[in-house]
Amino acid sequence: MSFIKGLKCRECGRTYPKRPIAGCEDCFAPLEVVYDYDGISRVLSREVIASREKNLWRYRELLPLDEEPVVGRSTGATPLIRAGRLGRAIGLENLYIKNDSVNAPTLSFKDRVTAVAINKAKEFGLEAIGCASTGNLANSVAANAAAAGLPAYILIPDSLEPSKVIATSIYGARVIAVRGNYDDVNRLCCEIADRHPWGLVNVNLRPFYGEGSKTFGYEIAEQLGWRAPDTIIAPMAGGSLITRIHKGLSEFERLGLLDNKVHTRVYGAQAAGCNPIVDAVKRGSTDIKPVKPNTIARSLAIGNPADGYLAANTILETDGWAEDVTDAEIVDGIRLLAETEGIFTETAGGVTVAVTKKLIDQGRITPDELTVIAITGNGLKTQEAVQLAPPVVIDPRISQFERVVSSLTAAA
Amino acid sequence: MSLTITIPTPLRRLTDGADSVEVDAATVSQAIDRLETRYPGFRARLCEDSGELRRFINIYVEGEDVRFLDNLATRVAAGSELSIVLAIAGG
Repeated sequence: MSFIKGLKCRECGRTYPKRPIAGCEDCFAPLEVVYDYDGISRVLSREVIASREKNLWRYRELLPLDEEPVVGRSTGATPLIRAGRLGRAIGLENLYIKNDSVNAPTLSFKDRVTAVAINKAKEFGLEAIGCASTGNLANSVAANAAAAGLPAYILIPDSLEPSKVIATSIYGARVIAVRGNYDDVNRLCCEIADRHPWGLVNVNLRPFYGEGSKTFGYEIAEQLGWRAPDTIIAPMAGGSLITRIHKGLSEFERLGLLDNKVHTRVYGAQAAGCNPIVDAVKRGSTDIKPVKPNTIARSLAIGNPADGYLAANTILETDGWAEDVTDAEIVDGIRLLAETEGIFTETAGGVTVAVTKKLIDQGRITPDELTVIAITGNGLKTQEAVQLAPPVVIDPRISQFERVVSSLTAAA
Repeated sequence: MSLTITIPTPLRRLTDGADSVEVDAATVSQAIDRLETRYPGFRARLCEDSGELRRFINIYVEGEDVRFLDNLATRVAAGSELSIVLAIAGG
């Protein structure tokens, strides 16, 4: 059953019927799906949600599908982990990690948005799926398109990490590397969407695609026992995820599903080498000045983030803040999370952990706040970013081993 | 200075369906003026009343975002390609 009333432009209010469309045709702003929340509130309750399968379709009335989903049955319902050891290391008593580094099928939060987009493409009768991607979306679209039986065209910047390329090509997708950065690839995809009857998930399926990210927020609230956290820190690339997480919490509040009111402060995290949204927040503005990305955090390397103003707005309106960290701090963040909680996250996760630490050191997040760090992708995808000392090598002699153990113990 | 301007789909209803247009102009602003003369109403699609480029429109001259150059005052060489592209999401 569908509760979609249609699409609406955020800026000028013009409405559209649900169809493949990139943005408003008058002012080119993003379009939002409009839901019949009254209708949803009559069918959706905590009990109904809790009785359903553990995947993102648990919240399906709040997602823009008209038919039963054909992909994504194992997506979502990722762990929310109480992070006592990381908390002690950085000074938080009530810290959680929402861990999409183990999301299925491709180990990043992108599987949430892809699941929605591909199901929608099938509903619209589109002939193929495509996307512009820095990697995680490429993996996700390729995998989910294969599972849906649709051909996929994936456009990536030619500088992408090899592991990310193989993890996309393996599904049989047609992968094309473009000489340039992500913004160049994106621009090309807009032109492709103009010419082919394809679902380019972050172009002409964009209003539907973005909605999948709300499930990250829904799950946090449900896993906390139907509560919104005090604080959430999320990485920012295009700016959509952080905005939708907050939207998800707000929708739950609107439907009367939460024990508390949503006073969640939203904090954004970027790399110093690509920080246009952080820069806007620090100026107290929603006007984004594009930058040229230069960071190891390639999944966040979007110099002209289309939802940047929305992200900055969400942050400023919730009394949050935004910070950025150096490449060295990013790697420290990855290592800190791995060494305290046994979670290996990619560079975007390192950014988020490092920014959290910075915000605590600045006194912006206090020790008692119920805080959630959004971990969005798996470290196996960006191994090249982490340089570690190689293991010591010994002969198979117990004496050599004992010498090594003694020196390791002495050094610790 | 003859330029080729590529037009995104939502704006083609203003250019009688043309996906690219040739104009003579020395700057981006002049190029927009030429488009306005030929297709009245075009400027209002690209620019706010203040004259600034709309938030969700990007203009590239030979692949470079004019916001990194001189915005609408950016000079354009003969034979340049000017692309009008709508803002897009991350991935």
